[in-house]
Amino acid sequence: MSEKAFQRIYTKLTAITKATVTLEAQGVANDELAYVAGRLAQVVKIKDNSVTLQVFGGTENIPTNAEVTFFGEPPTLNVSDELAGRFFNAYGEPIDGGPAVEGEKRQIGGPSVNPYKRRMPSELIPTGIAGIDLNNTLVSGQKIPFFADPDQPYNRVMSMVALRADVDKIILGGMGLTNDDYLFFKHEFESAGALHKIVSFVNTTDQPPVERLLIPDMALTAAEYFAVDKNEKVLVLLTDMTLYADALSIVSNRMDQIPSKDSMPGSLYSDLAKIYEKAVQLPSGGSITIIAVTTLNDGDITHAIPDNTGYITEGQLYLRADPDSGKVIVDPFRSLSRLKQHVQNKKTREDHSAVMNTSVRLYADAANAKTKLENGFDLSDYDLRCLDYAKEYATRLLAIDVNIPITEMLDTAWELFGKYFTKAETGLKESLIQKYWKEKVN
Amino acid sequence: MKTTGKVTGIIANLVTVEVDGPVAQNEICFIDLDGTKLMAEVIKVNGNKASVQVFESTRGLQIGDPVEFQGYMLEVTLGPGLLSSNFDGLQNNLATMTGVFLKRGEYTKALDEKKLWDFTPIAKVGQQVVAADWLGEVKEGWLPHKIMVPFSFKGTYTVKSVAKAGQYKITDTIATLTNEEGEEVQVNMTQKWPVKVAVGGYVEKPRPFKVMETGVRTIDTLNPIAEGGTGFIPGPFGCGKTVLQHALAEQADADIIIMAACGERANEVVEIFTEFPELKDKHTGRSLMERTIIICNTSNMPVAAREASVYTAMTLGEYYRAMGMKVLLLADSTSRWAQALREMSNRLEELPGQDGFPMDLSAIISNFYARAGYVKLNNGQSGSITFIGTVSPAGGNLKEPVTESTKKAARCFYGLSQNRADKKRYPAVDPVDSYSKYLEYPEIIEYLDEKIEKGWVDKVTKTKYIIRKGKDAYEQINILGDDGVPMSYHEQYWKSELVDFVILQQDAFDDIDGCCPLERQKFMLDLILEICDRSFKFDNFEECMNYFKGLINICRQMNYTEYESEQFNKYLNQLKEELKHE
Repeated sequence: MSEKAFQRIYTKLTAITKATVTLEAQGVANDELAYVAGRLAQVVKIKDNSVTLQVFGGTENIPTNAEVTFFGEPPTLNVSDELAGRFFNAYGEPIDGGPAVEGEKRQIGGPSVNPYKRRMPSELIPTGIAGIDLNNTLVSGQKIPFFADPDQPYNRVMSMVALRADVDKIILGGMGLTNDDYLFFKHEFESAGALHKIVSFVNTTDQPPVERLLIPDMALTAAEYFAVDKNEKVLVLLTDMTLYADALSIVSNRMDQIPSKDSMPGSLYSDLAKIYEKAVQLPSGGSITIIAVTTLNDGDITHAIPDNTGYITEGQLYLRADPDSGKVIVDPFRSLSRLKQHVQNKKTREDHSAVMNTSVRLYADAANAKTKLENGFDLSDYDLRCLDYAKEYATRLLAIDVNIPITEMLDTAWELFGKYFTKAETGLKESLIQKYWKEKVN
Repeated sequence: MKTTGKVTGIIANLVTVEVDGPVAQNEICFIDLDGTKLMAEVIKVNGNKASVQVFESTRGLQIGDPVEFQGYMLEVTLGPGLLSSNFDGLQNNLATMTGVFLKRGEYTKALDEKKLWDFTPIAKVGQQVVAADWLGEVKEGWLPHKIMVPFSFKGTYTVKSVAKAGQYKITDTIATLTNEEGEEVQVNMTQKWPVKVAVGGYVEKPRPFKVMETGVRTIDTLNPIAEGGTGFIPGPFGCGKTVLQHALAEQADADIIIMAACGERANEVVEIFTEFPELKDKHTGRSLMERTIIICNTSNMPVAAREASVYTAMTLGEYYRAMGMKVLLLADSTSRWAQALREMSNRLEELPGQDGFPMDLSAIISNFYARAGYVKLNNGQSGSITFIGTVSPAGGNLKEPVTESTKKAARCFYGLSQNRADKKRYPAVDPVDSYSKYLEYPEIIEYLDEKIEKGWVDKVTKTKYIIRKGKDAYEQINILGDDGVPMSYHEQYWKSELVDFVILQQDAFDDIDGCCPLERQKFMLDLILEICDRSFKFDNFEECMNYFKGLINICRQMNYTEYESEQFNKYLNQLKEELKHE
């Protein structure tokens, strides 16, 4: 973000709030960047000659006579292959001690892909985790968040998924990451020897929260460079989108907007959609897949942030601790991948969707049996078998530490069906039973 | 002379313009940003300041940028060539746009003006005509597309001449009409109409009296929707709203399908235009896309155009209805449209109603639903728009303004239940909460008596009773335990499970089960009701459970098998065998 010769300089602020400043200025364009007392700011409102700027670094200690210089352009990022392997802050400045990136200057938060020019996502992204591959298969070009309470190991799972996925580039957008988590990602990427295909934009908790608002657009501008210009398969990791939304509410609050549900701005849906809809399968073969994290407050998905996210993304993956198996599992009830039917039975074995549905239904029967048990009722033989099945299903398939190919997942499921149930109890199509049924081995 | 103005204020896509002349509410204007024209609509006027909502990103806009007002409201172009098109909310043709990204200020023509159409005249010279009367016909695919007297024509006209049969472009004159003052007007194959005004051109709008078959059992059998009726599908995310809508689009017995993807996911639209050209219409055997129009304003496209998209879709529907067609209009999701209204109302600093929505939300929604309906046309023929909207209630809570307002406007309610979705019981339409008001219409009851069999609605009522009783029994069993209730409770519960698994649940992704014709629905319902009529004697609840699970399994295999095929009959016999030893 170099300074330019034709900058206009103002030194009289008329209003200051915690996140914004207002001044009289002329010839200013909407969305334009400026420096306010050396801090980066962006134009968010213009009324006659009165211009309101959102100051990313916060307005602490900004005096009314602060120097304001306008850039004459919205936020940009220099894009080129040099981005690979680098770490940047929210403004796209290197934080790894390396040199600035040379390349074409692009405005961030640019236009969206013409829906007609998109292609249907249809390529499987295997992760080795059965809770994902078997029950909620990921597809390239998809956007999907992990819904998890803050105590769940979502960042670990996400880095695991990213490193196992067969993609050309991984772009990390870290918002409000603790320094420990930032170092964790850095270490994971380094030790996997994958640094060359990773680009990171990071805002840590010790930096001002409003800065986070730039992270997704920065990350996705870099992603579009690799996916559109280079036809690469790009995976974007965004963590934690709840903290991003919190920053949105801070700004809208300072601008006196009427809040809607849960003190979030009324535009929350559109704001989130603009980010997630950047996920795309392009006709040229390039793609952007987004895996995000939305932390929940005690599992509450009716809160405006997870709720709006759920309506935008193509499914969601719930992480929770399973008391029976003692493992962290991908919850089969609430989790969903909306694009799974584009690859299941097509890119995977023909019995995939049937096995998935049956195994989840039997797991639901086990949940009913568990409720009965908790209420002190006698359990039937079927109930008992369900409970045993559930435990083994959770341990051998749902747990996030499982790492096996999809065919093996399917075989494991058939093995469990045969071990605990009769053919009729599974309700599977006869043609599949004939081909795959495994009798109980004593 | 056109009114002009200049920009004096910008907050996101709300721009204030100081004007030098008269402006109308909802008038369209273009803002000039360094040569790029941004389309906007007037939504409020105060003195010489007009507030306009811009249909594009306002990035880079400056105070003083010039604005030119157009003197017309947001309107669509009507004419042959609309079918199988993909439009954005403002009716720009997405297929003819250049570049991978949507370029700001790029507007494309809705219709191909060079294409030649085979025209056949209908009206005779000397005939008296009024707006929406048919002058001629072209074949749009296999559908007869009527060329009408433009909707905006007032009073009676006399046909002075009609073009001979032959090939014409949409801009060629195909008729000359004389008005009451004796002035001549020329008519071509295209006309414009403002989207926020309902198209008239019909004699009356009777109560719907026919049922529209959809192939979805939980709708057709339990809560049928009428042709020309309205319905809505509220449900939390992940409950199968989209899958259900796609099933309706593919299978419903309609001539024209219009899908408005309003603030939803782009990939869902891609799914439609990837799959529909491949899919065969179950009624005509032609490609589904040939009778489909997609209006696509996905969630990342500008918010203001989202509001326009549902109106654009409805206006196109009304155009085809005036030709005597059966139109099915699907809007996914009307909540996004309401949110767009909320965002704008918020920026205008209006006093908010409940949850920050504008005060007149309920009126706007019911006004929109009222544009659907079955109509009798001037020439005695009929046409219809059946409208089904989805609602995405915040947090899955149905006590929110959009759901409540829609409930007042729509006659069918297909509530999707989180609980059913969690159990993977799809379609997750709640059988107890959902309703179709049409089942109370005497004309619908009569229609079903004739179409299916005498007393059909009684059977439906009976089925619903079984489901409700089963739910009661289930609750009792949960409270008192398996052994704490009489055997009859278990039997009641399992009978309702039988209905649930065989009638309510349907595998949308299965080639055979996905679409279930009415005849087959009747057969299965009769079969299930016959079983439910029996009384059984079980020694214990496990025996009851296992017995019914066996029945359910056979019936589900039947659902997966071609109707009346050898295999189907084999399962049927197997079922009859099972029923012998109870």
